Amino acid sequence: MRRRDAIARSLVGATLMATGTVATWKAHSETAANVKVISVVARKFVFLPNEIELQLGESVLLELTAPEVAMGFYAPELKLRAVIVPGTPSRVAFTPQRSGRFDFVCDVFCGDGHEGMSGHITVVG
Amino acid sequence: MTQDIDRRAFMELAGLGGVVFASALAGCSNLAAAPARDFHFVQLSDIHWGFQGPAVNPEAGHTLQRAVAAVNALPKRPDFIMFTGDLTHTTDDPVERRRRLREVKAIIADLEVKELYFMPGEHDASLDQGAAFIEFFGATHASFDHGGVHFVTVDNVSDPAARIGDEQLAWLKADLGRFGPDAPIVVFTHRPLFDLAPQWDWATRDGAQALDILMPYRHLTVFYGHIHQEHHHMTAHIAHHAATSLIFPLPAPGSQPRREPIRWDPAQPFHGLGFREVLAGAAPFPEQITEHPLQAS
Repeated sequence: MRRRDAIARSLVGATLMATGTVATWKAHSETAANVKVISVVARKFVFLPNEIELQLGESVLLELTAPEVAMGFYAPELKLRAVIVPGTPSRVAFTPQRSGRFDFVCDVFCGDGHEGMSGHITVVG
Repeated sequence: MTQDIDRRAFMELAGLGGVVFASALAGCSNLAAAPARDFHFVQLSDIHWGFQGPAVNPEAGHTLQRAVAAVNALPKRPDFIMFTGDLTHTTDDPVERRRRLREVKAIIADLEVKELYFMPGEHDASLDQGAAFIEFFGATHASFDHGGVHFVTVDNVSDPAARIGDEQLAWLKADLGRFGPDAPIVVFTHRPLFDLAPQWDWATRDGAQALDILMPYRHLTVFYGHIHQEHHHMTAHIAHHAATSLIFPLPAPGSQPRREPIRWDPAQPFHGLGFREVLAGAAPFPEQITEHPLQAS
C-alpha cells in the first residue's frame, strides 16, 4: 500500500476536460511500474471524469477525491467500491480482466442529483 | 436462490387466480403463535413531497392529497397504513426538510385511518442520519404486532451508504428471535434487501446479512419502496414486493442506461402511480395484495 501511495503522489499532469456533465480523461501519469494513475473527482453531482477508457490487462490506480461531501464510487460488475471522504483520497487498484463497458455510480446518498451521478469504465483490447 | 417473477408467475406459484395478487404468505396456516385474524393494511410509498418537475409530475402538489382521498374511499377501511419512506424529496436545507415533513404530516392528518406507521427513505434521512424524520415521525426502525402477525421496519437509509448496520442487525435478530419459524412476519424496508440493480443503487450494502437473519422464518414477506414501481422477487421462500410511488414511476430495473423518471403522459395522467392494499391474517392465511392505481378524476 505504501508503494501505491507513492505512485499516486507521483501523479502529474492529469488534465480533466469537462463538457457539461460529460468529462473525458485525457492524460495520466505512468510510473516505472507501469501503473496508470487516474484522478477522479466526485462533485455534486458528477464524476470528473465520468468516462474512463482502459486497456485490457493494464494496471490501474484510481485516486478518488470528494471536495464537498462524502461520496461513493461503485462499479458492481468490476467489483470496485470505495467511500470517498473529503480530505482523504481513496485509492482503488485493479487490473481489468475483461473488455466491455461498465457502469459506476455514487452509492453514498449525497443530495438532490445523487440518482444521476454515474459514469462508465470502458475496457478495450 | 433468488429470482424475479412477474405477477402471473407468482400467482401460479401460489396456486391462486383472479385480479388480486396472492403472495408467498399463502399457505401459512399452521401458526404456532396467536391465531391470526382477517385484516387489511395499506402501503403508501415514495411521496417525495417537495419535488418539482412539471415534465415528470405537473400535479406534484396535489398527488398526495389525491391518494389520501382514494384511501379514505376504500370500501373496507384498513386497520393501519404503513408509509415505506421518501415522504419528502431531499433538500440540503434542514429548515426546508422540516417544512416538508411538517406539510406531509398535515396532509395525511386527513386520513380517516388513524393508526399510521412510518419509516424513512434516503431522501428523508440520509443527509442528517434521520434527525429531522425522528422529530416528526419517531424511530426509524421498530416492530409491532397486529392481528396475530409480527411487523418489523428495517432502516436501510439513515446511513447514506445504505447500510443497516451491525447494531440494527443485532436488534433485528433479537426481535425475531422471540418467534418460532412458523410465525407470520412482515418486514418493511425502503430499499430492496437484495441486489435488484446495484448499478442503479437499488440494493442494501449489508442486505445479505439481513436476509440471513430472515431466512429461518418460513412465512415471512418483505414490502419495500424506493424503485417507484410494482415489482416481485423471490429470495428462496421469501417474497419481496416493491410498491408504486406517489410522485413518478421509474423504469424497470436495469432496462436502460440511466435511471430517470418516466415522463408524465397527458393522455394518462397519474399513470404508474398508486398505492397498495394487503389482506393478511385469516386462517388459512390468504395474504392478498391489491394494487390501486391513482385515477385521473
